[in-house]
Amino acid sequence: MSTRTAVRVPVHLRVRVDPVACDAYGYCAELLPERVTLDEWGYPVVDGTPVGQELVELATRAAAECPRRAFHLDQVAGGR
Amino acid sequence: MTTATLQNVERLLHTGPGGPTDPGLADHLDLHGPVVLPSHDDPAWAQALRAEVAASGLSGRGGGGFPAAAKWDSVLRSNRRPVVVVNAMEGEPASAKDRALLAWSPHLVLDGAELVAALSGARSVVVCVADDRDDSARAVRRAVAERTRAGSPRSLSIERPPARYVTGEESALVSWLERHDARPVLRVDKSVPLRVGRRPVLLHNAETLAQVALIARHGSAWFRQLGTADAPGSTLVTVSGGVRTPGVVEVELGTPVDQVVGRCGPTGPISGYLLGGYGGAWLAPELGSTPLAPDPLARAGATLGVGIVIALPATSCGIAEASRIARWMAGESAGQCGPCVFGLPAIADDLERLAAGRADAGVLARIDERSRSVAGRGACRHPDGVARMVRSALQVFAADAAAHAAGRPCDGRHEPSVLVFPAPAPAPALALAPAPAPALTGGAS
Repeated sequence: MSTRTAVRVPVHLRVRVDPVACDAYGYCAELLPERVTLDEWGYPVVDGTPVGQELVELATRAAAECPRRAFHLDQVAGGR
Repeated sequence: MTTATLQNVERLLHTGPGGPTDPGLADHLDLHGPVVLPSHDDPAWAQALRAEVAASGLSGRGGGGFPAAAKWDSVLRSNRRPVVVVNAMEGEPASAKDRALLAWSPHLVLDGAELVAALSGARSVVVCVADDRDDSARAVRRAVAERTRAGSPRSLSIERPPARYVTGEESALVSWLERHDARPVLRVDKSVPLRVGRRPVLLHNAETLAQVALIARHGSAWFRQLGTADAPGSTLVTVSGGVRTPGVVEVELGTPVDQVVGRCGPTGPISGYLLGGYGGAWLAPELGSTPLAPDPLARAGATLGVGIVIALPATSCGIAEASRIARWMAGESAGQCGPCVFGLPAIADDLERLAAGRADAGVLARIDERSRSVAGRGACRHPDGVARMVRSALQVFAADAAAHAAGRPCDGRHEPSVLVFPAPAPAPALALAPAPAPALTGGAS
């Protein structure tokens, strides 16, 4: 039996806000306070920290439940 | 490189013995000499021109400073013919270089546009001139008509997008060409070219194209005879503020800022320089010897932007001037993104109260925090520019800011502004307008 080495392309997940679409509903900050805070006007501030496995489910839900579809979970290739 | 003395540079603003006289195509060719413009795709020629422009080190003169030749690569990879867009919108109120260039040398800009079109296989060139710039539009129309009569194989046209600050932003301008909506578009991947219809867009500032036209004639070595190794060539700078002869000058890149201002005759002591534009940055007077080039300016916390230098007279209040810019820029928001719509007016409010000596104790920290917060959170970089200008004002005029925050305003706030502000733009469509102020009836102080 031959052994194969899997070629792993490093991919991580990151949340992103489309500022044009966003209308400050704030669901994202409620669902994912680990990555989203709200500014004084209620608009989300996201940090660029990768979203780990433990947060993927919540981040996916935040993206799905944004009434403006302004919250995105992006795959980012490579580390930065 | 040493730049001991400021020499008069006349490359772009070369006008011949008669001075600037609305040059026609024949005058233009007499003055600058002929240029090779293939009428059919010519890969060898295109490759040679691309290499020459790359070797020249020409960077975009529209504020981004991206290497001009590198900009072509993403479009050349596409298998569709691009459209060349000439950005002569000049939405920066303190800039007059595009106007100067189109008045003095419209054919140099069109040479550059046609060269880039021939190089990229584009068959059409669209020149964008703001709808309030009739003189520039007339010059472009006349030049276009001459070239069409002379048998240009390309379709040359002019568009008149609305004269607003953000219209000159690349994605907003393309959005206007595409659907007459001059608002910036969120670009997640900037390496994907913007499109008009199915055609990728190759967009350059008017001055960048005029520089391409000179490099095509004289070569990269000639281009590099001026400027520094990192910032070669000459550039157009619009100087205003406390100077006797405000206007557009052509200087060698790397010329110290204070020498550029010196050429326009300062009217008195200067307490700071605004570099780059209304979304640029203030430079302290002690740093006046900083070379006018992207890297040295960046190290000094400033930016070359679109080549704007405004000298602030020591009699003016830098905080008051910064507040006027912030207020105007807040009104120029496209009104799409919350941080820009709410953040910029809030910053302008605080700056106005600060300049008047009527602010609360937390004002400086609040302005700084909000400036940091809005940066990077819009579809375009409009809020980033305002934030940079504001934060640099609080640093350069730190002593004034502290005094004003402590309730001691300066008389400079009553001086007439040295800045130019076009008539207020109509309220952005999506912005929430504040309640109208009650009308004052008589007895205004």
